[in-house]
Order: sequence, then C-alpha cells, then structure tokens
Amino acid sequence: MLTTALILLPIAGALVVAMLPLSRELTAGLAFLVALMEVGLWIAAATRFDFDGGGPQLGTTEEWIESLGISYSVGFYGFSLWLAGVTVVVSAVAIGYALWVGRDRPRAYHALMLLLTGAVVATFASQDLLLFYVSFEAMLIPLYVLVGVWGGARRMAATLTFVVYTMAGSLLMLASVVAFGVTQGTFSLLDSGTSDNTWIFLGFAVAFAVKAPLFPFHGWLPLAYREAPVEVAAVLSAIVSKTAVYGFLVIVLAKFPEPVDDFTGLILVLSGAGLVYGSLLAFRAPDLRGIVAYSSLAQMGLVTLGLFALNDLGLDGAVLQSVAHALVSTAMFLLVGMVERRTGSGALAALGGMARGRPALATVLLVAGMVALAVPGSVTFAGEFLIMAGAYEQGWGYAVVVALGIVLAAMYVLRLISAVLHVRPGSAVRDEALDLRPGELALLLPLVACLLALSVWPALVSESSFPGDQPARVITEGFR
Amino acid sequence: MIETPSVDWLALSPALALLGASGIALLGAVLMPSWMRKTVAAVVVFAGFVVAAVFAGIVFDETPQPDVLLAESMVRDQLGAFAQLVLAITGAVVVFVSWAEKRRDNGEYYALLAAGGAGMLFFVQAESLMTLFLGLEWFSLCLYVLVAFDTDRATSLEAGLKYVIVGGFGSAVLLFGSALVFGSTGELGFEQIAAAGAGDDAFLVAGLAMILAGLGFKVSAAPFHMWTPDVYQGAPTSVTAFMSAATKTAALVVTLRLLVTAFPDESEIWTIAVAVIACISLAWGNLAALAQRDVKRILAFSSISHAGFMLIAIAAGSERGAEALLFYLVPYSAMAIGAFAVVAVREREIGLPLSLDGLAGLGWERPFYGVALWIFMLGMAGFPLTGGFFGKLFVFSAAYEVGDWWLVLAGVAATALSLAYYLNVVRWLYMRSGTELRLAPAGGSPPRDIALGIAVAAAVFVTVGSFFAAQPILDLASDAATALPF
Repeated sequence: MLTTALILLPIAGALVVAMLPLSRELTAGLAFLVALMEVGLWIAAATRFDFDGGGPQLGTTEEWIESLGISYSVGFYGFSLWLAGVTVVVSAVAIGYALWVGRDRPRAYHALMLLLTGAVVATFASQDLLLFYVSFEAMLIPLYVLVGVWGGARRMAATLTFVVYTMAGSLLMLASVVAFGVTQGTFSLLDSGTSDNTWIFLGFAVAFAVKAPLFPFHGWLPLAYREAPVEVAAVLSAIVSKTAVYGFLVIVLAKFPEPVDDFTGLILVLSGAGLVYGSLLAFRAPDLRGIVAYSSLAQMGLVTLGLFALNDLGLDGAVLQSVAHALVSTAMFLLVGMVERRTGSGALAALGGMARGRPALATVLLVAGMVALAVPGSVTFAGEFLIMAGAYEQGWGYAVVVALGIVLAAMYVLRLISAVLHVRPGSAVRDEALDLRPGELALLLPLVACLLALSVWPALVSESSFPGDQPARVITEGFR
Repeated sequence: MIETPSVDWLALSPALALLGASGIALLGAVLMPSWMRKTVAAVVVFAGFVVAAVFAGIVFDETPQPDVLLAESMVRDQLGAFAQLVLAITGAVVVFVSWAEKRRDNGEYYALLAAGGAGMLFFVQAESLMTLFLGLEWFSLCLYVLVAFDTDRATSLEAGLKYVIVGGFGSAVLLFGSALVFGSTGELGFEQIAAAGAGDDAFLVAGLAMILAGLGFKVSAAPFHMWTPDVYQGAPTSVTAFMSAATKTAALVVTLRLLVTAFPDESEIWTIAVAVIACISLAWGNLAALAQRDVKRILAFSSISHAGFMLIAIAAGSERGAEALLFYLVPYSAMAIGAFAVVAVREREIGLPLSLDGLAGLGWERPFYGVALWIFMLGMAGFPLTGGFFGKLFVFSAAYEVGDWWLVLAGVAATALSLAYYLNVVRWLYMRSGTELRLAPAGGSPPRDIALGIAVAAAVFVTVGSFFAAQPILDLASDAATALPF
C-alpha cells in the first residue's frame, strides 16, 4: 500500500495544483508541500523496509488485464527503494527551486513536475513489464512540455531531438514488451522466466541506452540539458536517467542472461568509450551546462560499466554511484542555475572571480565539486572504487578506463570551479551579484548533507541494495 | 390470410428506434414552428440514439448464441450488438457536438443523422451480401447529404460531390464483387457462402477482392482513401466527427464479420491482402499527415493510419485479433469525436478553417479544451494513460501471437512516424502563443457552448477510462468476438 501511496500522492497533488485557482506563490508553495510530504512518505516506507528480506516489499498486486497476464504490480527492492529515495529528494529540491525562481504559469508547471515525480517513482516500483513501460512513457509527457514551454531559446530543437531519440527507443521497447509478454504468457516480472531472444533483448537494451544515455545514443543530451530549465535538467540527469539503470537491472540483466553474455563485451567497451568521451567533452565544453551535461554522460557510462561487470562489486558500485550521481548532479545543475541567474551567462569565458565576497557560493560549489570529482573519502569515490574493482574482474583494461575517467573528472570539475570562482572576474560578473540567498542555501544544504552523510557511511546504500548483499546471485536468479 | 414470418423485433429495435426518431424529427421540421424545430429535433434524435443504445445493450445481454433472422439475411449476436452500442453512443455524443453549429435546416440535419445511424446499426447486423449492400447504401446516402449540408460553403458542396462520386464507385465495386461471389457459389448468405465450399475458384477470389476493396472505401484504408482528406476537410465538423468514428466502426466490424464468416477457407488469401492494405494505410496515412497544415486534414490522414492499425487486428485472423479490433474501436471513436469537437470549438471561435496556426495558444486560452486535445493526440499516438495505448498493445499482441511479427514492426514504425504530427499539434497548442498571430475572430469570442463541453468531457472520460478500466471493455469485446466462427 505504501508504494501505491508513494505513486499516487504526487499525481493527486498534481491534479489539485492544476485545478485550484490559487495565487502564484500559493500554487508553487502547495506543490513544494506535496513534494515534502512525498519525502516524508518515503522515509516512512524506508523505516518499514526490511533490507535483509528478499523480493519486492511494501507492494501490491492487482489484476489489470487477465487474458494477457497484465497486472498492476508494484513494490521495492533495496536498490529501487534507494533510487526512489533520491527521486523524491531531488524532485522536492527541484520544485523548491522553481518556487524560489518563480516560474511562469505555475499551475501547469508544478502540476507537470509532480506528475513527473509520480511517473518516475512508478517506474522504480514497477514489477510488471507493462506497468514499467507505461510509467517509463508517462515520464516523457510532462518532460516534453516542461522543456518545450519553459526551456531556453532553442527549446523547440531540444524537445524535438529529445522526443525523437527517446520515442525511437521506447517504441522498439514496446515491440520487445509485446514479444516478451506474449511469449511468456505473462507480463509480470516476478512470474516470467528468461528469454534467449537477441532481438527482444536489443529492443530493451537500446531503449535504456537512449534513456541513460549511453554512448553513442546520447545525441539528444547536450541540447536538452542546455535548453531545459535548470531544475528540469537536474531531474533529467539525476533521476530520469536512473530509470535506465532500473531497467537494465530488472529486465535486461535478469531476463536475458544469454544475450547479455553475448553482448557484455560490446556494452562494456561502449560504456568505457562513453566515460572517456563524455569526460573529454566536459573538459572542452565552453559553458557550465555543457560541463555538467557531458559529465552526466560520463557518469552514466561508469554506472553501466559497473552493471555489466555483472559481479557483486560492480553492481553494488553501480547502485551507489547512481544514488550519489543523482544528488551531485542536482546540486551542480542548481548551482549552475544560480550562477546563471546572477550573471546572465553560462559561458566560462564570461565568468570568474565569484569567490571573492561570496563565501557561501564558493563553499557549496567547492564541496559539491569535490564530491563530483570523487575525492577520496567521498561517496562518489566509494562508488567509483567499487565499479573499478568490479570492472577489474572483467579485465584489467576496463579498470584502467575507469581510472582514466576519475582523472578526467578531476580535470573538468576543477576547470569548472576555477572558471567560476577563481581567476579574474569575468565580463558578466558584476560586483552587485549576490552571494547565495538563504532560500537557495536551504535547497542546496540538504543535498550536500546527504552527500556528506553517504560519504561517511556509503555502506548504508551499498550493503542494503540487494538482500544478503549478493547482487550477482540475486540477479542471475531473476530476483526470486 | 397471408402468413407473416415471425420477426424478432428486439433484434431490430435499435435500428427501428433511430428510424422512428428520424421520422419524428423530419415531421417536426415541417409541422412545427421554426423556433422549436432545432430543440425538438435534437432532443428526439438524442433520445433515439440513447434508446438504440439501451436496446443494443439488452440484445447484447440476452444473446449468448448467434441467431439468424429474416430469411437468413440478418443476424442477432453480441458482435452486432457491441458495434451498435458503440455506434449509438457515438451518435448521441455527436448530437451534442452538433448543437451549437449554425445552420438553417436543423430538423433535416438531425433527421439525416438519425437515419444514417439507423443504417449503420442495420449494416452491422447484415448476414448476407444483399443486406450488407442495402445497409451500406442506406447510411452512405444520408452521409452524402450531410457532408454537403453547409450549402453556403463551396468546400462543403465540393466535398459532398466528391464523396458521392467516389462512394458510388466504391459501392459499384462492392456490388460487382458480390455478384461474382454469388455467381461462383449461388449463395448470398455469409454462412451459406462458406458452406458452398467453392474453394479457390477464381471468380470467388476476384469477388472477395472486390468486396474487400468496396469496404476499404468505407473504412478509408489506403489505397481506397482518396476521398477521405477532402471530405473530412469540407464536411461540417460535426459530420466529420460522426463519419470518422461511426463509419469506420461499422465498416470494420462488417469487414471482420464478412471475412471470418463467409470466407474462412480463403483465410490465407485475405489475411495477406488485409495485412498489405494495413501496411499501405499505415505508411500513406502517416507520411501524408506529416505534410498537412490543416488540422482536419491531419486528423483525416491520421484516421487512415488508424484504419491501418485496426486492419492489422483483422489480418491476425484470430479471436484475439477480433477482440483487439473491437477494443480499439472504443477509445478510437472517443478520440476521433473529441478531437473534431475541439476543432469545432476553435473554428467557431476564429470563423475560419482551422490550420495549425489557428491552434496557437489554444492550450493557454482554453485550458480545458487544450488539455482535452492534448489527451486525444497522445491517445492517438498510443501513449499510455489513454485507451489508445491498450488498443495498440492488443493489436500488436494479436499479430505477434499468430507470428506476424513484421506487422508489429510496421505498426511500431508507423507509431514513431505519427508522433511527429501528433506532437506537433501539442506544440502549437502550448508552445506558441496566440498573441503572436493576427487572427480575425468573427464577432469576438463564441457563446459558451455547454453541450460541446459535455461532449468533449465524455470523450476524455472514455479515452482515459478505457486505459484504467481496460478489462471490462475487453471482456465485452471478447464476448462479442465469440460470436464469430474462429
């Protein structure tokens, strides 16, 4: 029941926000309140969750369409509970930021954000293939409008490429969903067996590769992340991309053991290539958003490396890194947004010297940046280390690539930090530009606090993601 | 004394109820003072559709086994009753869509609507080639007049003329095909044709092909679709709404019944033929829709592509396929009527034919209609949270089950193409504001039209409801599908 409540609360909130003719501030405030209640609900779910028990918990299953074996079946595993956790936190922060900025047409905007939250939580909770597809698609509807209406100057091109890429992937997945479900006689992820059909596998794999995105399916990423409102870009890179991780885990890895065996090499190479390529692009990007956007590409490559290492270390690392990246990337995107609001520009050439007289901005950016570049002792370091160790078991070359990625991350993050905070004041930085306001700090500090807490105790996530902390066994046995 | 054959009046009651309503409306148009004609005609015809729906529901409920009537020319079964239910509800909603349209001859308009509806209800019960042709001509004649009903608009007259000529040609092909089948088997009844076992007789196959083509005109499947965009664009929008939902429903159900009942031995031939027609419709409908600017033309081409999707279900040639088709008809009818109703709203507002520019800003100015059109577009594109998604899913599952995986891929590719123009409509709704354009509203904003609002709300309800409550509708559809001899 709790899972259903977690899905329905934001959706109900969205309807209320869309219907009630409240003032601007009240509408946004109400949406923020709903998002905070969602966080509270998640905490309630987490306290009731038995991290040692197997199988999906806190769930419900209702028959939906009997003749095809489709059901409304939801529930959480350890790792999906954590992913849902960062979802509710990130969306609360994103909605809070929209409240702070005061987005136009607040009723539509906040309703869509809440709808998006509900869809993402539903994706992480789906235990039925069709429900998964439905929620996966449902995310696209609000995103399309959020980018298309509230985006920057080139928003039309951004939405178009985004939709074309993701729908091409999704429709291939629909064909695979139909083929898999009809062959199995059920769409339930719990009851269905495995398949050795390479084509069906490819339909799923490509859809997730587009969503993540993985090299070379990332064509939509730079435009979408640059043109979306920052908090929407944060949601996209932080949590929407993680639905691909969930899909890889519960569908691709669990249901297609043989095709996965055949394709592991290719996927690992592509992930490694994405990691290095994304890092290099981030290092060369001329603007703040470009750096954060391409670093997301790199980080998702890293996560996939961990997933397809297909061993305990890699899988634990992938989940931990997903959680950490969600928090880091939200913090970074919001910081980018805050800098852009003060300077009217995200171009590195026009920025600089913002540390002087702005201690809060400097401190928060530096802390978030240190976590982003995986300084030893941080949660991202723990995640990357696990992934590196997992990749090493697949071949020392992959571990070298991961290490290279870590070095490159240090390069692009330090470049960003110094371009914003240090060097001489850029042309767009006026002396009047304020330090972070209390409202902005109130949004960033919880994120930073989560990151620091996880840095102190990364095992909180990594040891509780899979029952018995044996991810490889759990997945090869199809989560049973 | 002449022996009268026993007549199952209940089985005929839906069509008769509507015919009665049509007669009353027509008499009213002559006998009543002009100020009350519109109200009386609309109310009577609406009541006629509702009564027809109720009778169809009763027939559905009380007919577990198919039963042939009237010298084996008609059939009383759940398939026909299901189609009648959909058609009658469609008609009732169209009365609401039509209410605020400005026209002089309201009595005649509603009378024709009811008569056309009655023809369709008769048509879906046809069990012989003779009644099939009669029903087809009956509702087609009404539609020819309805399309040309706005006599002061040249495009409406032109559309009517085109429809008459092309429709007449289609009917002639159908009739010729029926003659060939009769020549080959000596039978007109569907079951008798099957029982005659003419095998692969060339005349029979040629007749089958021509009948399929004739019905293809009514389904507006490519390559028999040439009239569709012009007629949909030119006809009064409420008539377009009726045609796009009801004509397609009736023609598809009859196609399904005819192929499965009369030509089971030729199923290898017609499944391939229907699959090919489906693929052509998908390709042509979607590609041509991409190039359109006029919203009614976009929707017309989209209806051609939907014909393609539904024909995939028939091409599966299985009970699952029949279920999928019957399910698909429900959300499709709702979305088609709803979309054209929203087009009507905007047309009445700006007093011009509606191109994409005319939609600009509608989403912000009229949130309810904007969200509704958004839902219809997503539904037609097969997005989840609308019944259109399950329609496509069931069709694809049925095709995959019989091994037609290539039809699934064709459908998926067509869906991908169709997104481009469906989402383009949404883009115009929300991402351009109306103030950038200089529209010339004819006489300011239109009067509040509650009837139209109710029609759109009903369409939204069915579109979304058929997603969440897919199972009950699928149950009805599978009951109806059992009436066919698979």
